Amino acid sequence: MKTEVLPFPARRDSPAIDQVGVEERAQRFCARSLKKETKMSALKLAVTMLDVTTLEGADSVGKVRQMCQKAMQPLPGDPSVGPAAAVCVYPRMVATAAKAVENSKVQVAAVATQFPSGQMRLKERLAEVRYAVGEGADEIDMVISRGQFLQGEYRAIYDEVAACKEACGKAHLKVILETGELTTYDNVRYASDMAMAAGADFIKTSTGKVPIAATLPVTLVMLQAIEEFYERTGRMVGMKPAGGISNAKLALQYLVMVREVLGPKWLTNKWFRFGASSLTNDLLMQIRKQETGYYQSGDYFTQD
Amino acid sequence: MSANDFLSGGFAPAPESADHFKIKKNYDLYIGGKWVKAAKRFKTTNPATGEVISQVALAEKKEVNLAVKAARKAYDETWSKMPAAERGKYLFRIARLLQERAREFAVTETIDGGKPIRESRDVDVPLAAAHFFYHAGWADKLDYAFPGAKVAPLGVVAQVIPWNFPLLMAAWKIAPALACGNTVVLKPAETTPLTALKLAELFDDAGLPPGVVNIITGAGETGQALVEHPDVNKVAFTGSTAVGKAIRRSVAGTGKKFTLELGGKAANIVFEDAPINEAVEGIVNGIFFNQGHVCCAGSRLFVQESIAVKVIKKLQKRMETLVVGNPLDKNTDIGAINSVEQLERIKTLVKAGQDEGACLWQPSGGVPRKGNWFKPTLFTECAQSHRIVQEEIFGPVLAIQTFRTPQEALTKANNTPYGLSGGVWTDKGSKIFKMTTGLNAGVVWANTFNKFDPTSPFGGFKESGIGREGGVHGLSAYCDLKI
Repeated sequence: MKTEVLPFPARRDSPAIDQVGVEERAQRFCARSLKKETKMSALKLAVTMLDVTTLEGADSVGKVRQMCQKAMQPLPGDPSVGPAAAVCVYPRMVATAAKAVENSKVQVAAVATQFPSGQMRLKERLAEVRYAVGEGADEIDMVISRGQFLQGEYRAIYDEVAACKEACGKAHLKVILETGELTTYDNVRYASDMAMAAGADFIKTSTGKVPIAATLPVTLVMLQAIEEFYERTGRMVGMKPAGGISNAKLALQYLVMVREVLGPKWLTNKWFRFGASSLTNDLLMQIRKQETGYYQSGDYFTQD
Repeated sequence: MSANDFLSGGFAPAPESADHFKIKKNYDLYIGGKWVKAAKRFKTTNPATGEVISQVALAEKKEVNLAVKAARKAYDETWSKMPAAERGKYLFRIARLLQERAREFAVTETIDGGKPIRESRDVDVPLAAAHFFYHAGWADKLDYAFPGAKVAPLGVVAQVIPWNFPLLMAAWKIAPALACGNTVVLKPAETTPLTALKLAELFDDAGLPPGVVNIITGAGETGQALVEHPDVNKVAFTGSTAVGKAIRRSVAGTGKKFTLELGGKAANIVFEDAPINEAVEGIVNGIFFNQGHVCCAGSRLFVQESIAVKVIKKLQKRMETLVVGNPLDKNTDIGAINSVEQLERIKTLVKAGQDEGACLWQPSGGVPRKGNWFKPTLFTECAQSHRIVQEEIFGPVLAIQTFRTPQEALTKANNTPYGLSGGVWTDKGSKIFKMTTGLNAGVVWANTFNKFDPTSPFGGFKESGIGREGGVHGLSAYCDLKI
């Protein structure tokens, strides 16, 4: 389906967000108690929603290959677990990753547009997108120019997202808002509305490179934006919280939130992803615990 | 896929365990630090299952006399003579013990009253402990609460509390009374006596001197005998407006001080510039908290006409996710209706709403077969003249009306015999101040609802009662201030 670009939305069209209220609501999801088969099916679902990620200066061909193996086969010998949704790497590693996950369901996502700061001319940022797509990326994770957003140059954000969407061609576009730098929920809501109007396939909280990454309330604000966008236009947009989701309990709280805000329709890796590096093994450990009743030592889960 | 698969089903059962303590088969009356038998007993049942939990003593005139006598003796000989700092120590000890045994109290409250464990665990019990802590701090600082006045206790206080927050109301009543140096005879509601009786056990463990708090169980007649007892110096009542009026008549001319916390029919006013998603959540908390068994529940929703369709749609979507069922299950949002009588009253008023032409909506989920249940319910197309808008339903039923201007919202919101609470939702600060000062209600929330804190005075105007509880205002109701 071709994504339609909608007109630039005015700031006043985004509803106000009450900080206290939204944080309270997010806390309420944490009071849900998942047991037995509900918990097991949620844990297994979470594994299939992982964007297994490495974004380090030290990333090498060998490291990326090993991580891809883990994404395809998270729990060796148990095909009911996984595979993960995607691997997420820097553009230089896309070709390596694409080759490693060939013939599997795992997608290759590349961060681009001068990740993580976005502080570069648009021309070069778009060239980076085209390069990553040319190398074989199925998905592009772009960053918005937070500095310009905070300067009040909102249309520039809308334009850069629309330009990136065009540069992506067939690749899916995830738009990273870097919510930790936008600071207020009102800003997050407006940035979400703008990114979706400009053609984002996914909206994503964070790069993982600033101290405040994904939180439940900020994700809730973005889920509400997605819900209302869908009501208005009939187009589904995906959500990816990233950074700071390091244990299974927290991941399940996110899933409960998606279930109650957007409904089960969004609970596939087509519409929801976790951007995480250390979450995988905790999910696997909890799955084993549910199966056997015991926690296994970390030695039984591969470190890749 | 199984029935409880995360994608397709409901949540797998997640019941709070109830096997780490015991609810006794029989409870007597707690008078003068001893358990005193009565001639008759009555049953208390679990409203979620209809099963009898326990048999509780029925206090009659004779036992009421005994209890007041015990309270008077404790007042004269011990409590009024004790240094205030010592009284504070007892209250601190009670607060800590309550925190230690929080789970036992939460589970008991849920079994006896039908409220979800999530609420008894996260609201009732922690707030009850907070009330004891708060008032413990005041015990030796009363002179600073009322500068220039000489502060003296009143004497023996008769307290009659309702069934919607049994433990919390007990704490709400007992803590300030003791902090100010009074002694207490408390009567819990007949459908929910267990947490008050457990509180008596806790007072025993805290070493509270005999007779300082006496707990007697029974129905309306017991309460009446207590309130009308000539040796009582103050009456504190929370409950229905009808009983409140009777009490006010009975204390007239006796010199007894009194505070009354009665019914309500709060207006929750949502403007078009409100944070809409948070407002929807606030509406849900306002009316469905504790099955709507809340005197300050936001039972009348006024929504600006320009966003009414949107708000109602969001509200319905949110209500579809509310879990109705076993109150002991940690995932339950809406528990059982407290009693068969209350369920009948809710049904009668809902039927009246339909007959008068309001439009009923309920979510699709079912309710358990056994026990007292009522689905969360919305009425749209309501008019000011409908019974469901005029009368307190005290159940999970919301009456929705639209408005066009702030003035219209205020006029309609204040057009009620009640005046307990209200709520305003807007992102504009100046509008908050204009509306909240215009609402004729004792408690008004802005961009939130049903928030309680021991430091904040609570109480109503008009037929919602007289006097305040909590905060410094609440203290003054338990003191004789000589200026």
